[in-house]
Amino acid sequence: MAIKSLDELKKIRDNSLKKVNLRESGENGEEIIEMMVGMATCGIAAGARETLNAILDEIEAKGIKNIRVVQVGCMGYCHSEPTVQVNMPGHEPILYGNVSAKVAKDIIEKHILNGELLDENILIKTFNKA
Amino acid sequence: MARYRSHIMVCGGTGCVSAESEAIIENLKAELKSHGYDNEIKVVKTGCFGFCGQGPIVKVHPENVFYVKVKPEDAKEIIEEHIIKGRRVERLLYEEPMLKEKLDESSKMNFYKKQYRIALRNCGLINPEDVNEYIAFRGYEALGQVLTEMTPEEVLKVMKDSGLRGRGGGGFPTGLKWEFTAKQPGNEKYIMCNADEGDPGAFMDRSILEGDPHTILEAMAIGGYATGANHGIIYIRAEYPLAIKRLDIAIEQARELGLLGDDIFGTGFKFDIELKYGAGAFVCGEETALIHSVEGARGEPTKKPPFPSVEGYRGKPTSVNNVETFANVPPIILKGSEWFSSIGTEKSKGTKVFALAGKVNNVGLVEVPMGTTLREIIYDIGGGIMDGKDFKAVQTGGPSGGVITVADLDTPIDYESLKAIGSMMGSGGMIVMDEDDCMVNIAKFYLEFTQDESCGKCTPCRIGTKRMYEILARITEGEGKPEDIDNLKQLGEMIKNTALCGLGQTAPNPVLSTLHYFRNEYEAHIKDKRCLTGSCKALSKYSIDPDKCIGCTACARVCPVDCISGKVKEVHVIDAEKCIACGACYDACKFDAVIKP
Repeated sequence: MAIKSLDELKKIRDNSLKKVNLRESGENGEEIIEMMVGMATCGIAAGARETLNAILDEIEAKGIKNIRVVQVGCMGYCHSEPTVQVNMPGHEPILYGNVSAKVAKDIIEKHILNGELLDENILIKTFNKA
Repeated sequence: MARYRSHIMVCGGTGCVSAESEAIIENLKAELKSHGYDNEIKVVKTGCFGFCGQGPIVKVHPENVFYVKVKPEDAKEIIEEHIIKGRRVERLLYEEPMLKEKLDESSKMNFYKKQYRIALRNCGLINPEDVNEYIAFRGYEALGQVLTEMTPEEVLKVMKDSGLRGRGGGGFPTGLKWEFTAKQPGNEKYIMCNADEGDPGAFMDRSILEGDPHTILEAMAIGGYATGANHGIIYIRAEYPLAIKRLDIAIEQARELGLLGDDIFGTGFKFDIELKYGAGAFVCGEETALIHSVEGARGEPTKKPPFPSVEGYRGKPTSVNNVETFANVPPIILKGSEWFSSIGTEKSKGTKVFALAGKVNNVGLVEVPMGTTLREIIYDIGGGIMDGKDFKAVQTGGPSGGVITVADLDTPIDYESLKAIGSMMGSGGMIVMDEDDCMVNIAKFYLEFTQDESCGKCTPCRIGTKRMYEILARITEGEGKPEDIDNLKQLGEMIKNTALCGLGQTAPNPVLSTLHYFRNEYEAHIKDKRCLTGSCKALSKYSIDPDKCIGCTACARVCPVDCISGKVKEVHVIDAEKCIACGACYDACKFDAVIKP
């Protein structure tokens, strides 16, 4: 199919961008929200892979751009897996436990988009490692 | 359609492919499949990341983790540890040579920190065989803007204002070259891409073609619109098979999308591109020789004027531009001439890609703003000299350039400053030499190349470079005569002034410049029959320090020609007549008793 105008080109770009934008979000550092999903043996066994996929689905559904989802190793809270850590620029990191796919959606909707914390699932506030 | 949460980028440039990166891709895919992750993780073959000394490179998005020197058998660990469990594979991370520190992201590495990538912007970021990925990163938008919103005159003005100059070596302003072609009467004009890249050691053009072929097609179409050409020709050497393959794929995809062909962007503008293969002659990088070669004639230069922009391919106005030059065009259109001219020095705008090689820790392609100093390139980006040795000189501009010594390390590099210190930009080869490199030998290496590549059309180049080479060969064999230095100088100046084309006019540079900065080495070779670095085998004789030798016999046992004599616990002696200067005894001695010449 031939492209006949700049608008048609932009349509193709927007479609293609969805497939590659995870490569860009890493590059410019600063104002990127980071969600870290614990994907060690304990996390995977407790369903972290479903959690991770739910997060990615929700991000796409809501069209959130300045975010990257990273999988990490065991954070030491094996009793409360799956765990998800949220790093908002300028805020202390928050660590959530028992994050099912549903909780994951709530985190995106409430915490990421509206800045409300999900008190019931918080394992620890200001989660800093030495 | 599967939605991927992670992309594993594997370098598919020539360097990494030769180090089995394609097997890495196969293994990664197989591992993903066997673990049931093939719908979540995508493996992408990209162009060159530029960090060729550390290849094959594997980069994982979105974490941006950068693995180096990956082998096919490492695929299992990358998938099982990093992808499934989220743990970095520490042993595959890059170690900063100066700090001895492992780094996981490329943005933290000195090699990348000081770089500014315009021409190489998409290399390593996109899959070069997928036009949609190029479009995702604003590909073909510049062409669309130019065709639908600008007149050819406006395009020429942007190009002239940007200050972009030819990256093939000459440094002629690109906008002016296009304007000359545009102003010629007639409607049969051509735009050519010089992808001959003959300078030994330079491979930026190949990397761009392999990693981002669409940018060249797009830029040529823009050039076609600006100059009034409907026909583009890429002259590429046949020894770049991967670049040719990717260009073929790109041209086909562009045609399918109507980005090449008739009525591009519905504007009625017609433009198409064909490839012509060169046999790999250095002289065909000279534009008139290149045009003759495309026409099917011998690849020999003709005198200018007439310039190709007046009388080029088939006698019609032709603009010949280099690959790296073209790669700068789409960003200039998208971001504007002011953006581009804000980068660089007063007379040299933008960036330049250098092929950093030789005795530096980080070997690869680096793109830096004009005006960056050699010290920054060698010590910051390059990570310093290998094995902690002393810097001696850096050779820039390949067979056309010269050497630059420690005194000029802080010179901001641009076209003018390099010329002023006896070298030149050339196509951007940069070979770093340490205390063990012999300057006469280096000069001989380049002259051997140019006398071989001389097309033979003009006498100064054909005979002159041959004679210079013979003199240099004699000096390194220990048969130099006192008058040789003057003869080399006289010959060199004469060839520079009288040769027909750029090849001959610059061929003596490596000799003249080493003579200027390292005359003492030439004199040592000629008068003392000594090579100070031990590189010239005929002139290097090893000896044994009688005070340090304890008679362990280690040297005598490794000597391949049995020229070391001596009994156990007695001082050993080397027979200089028989010694072939292989250096084995030097390496074998544990007591520093063997004296290196």
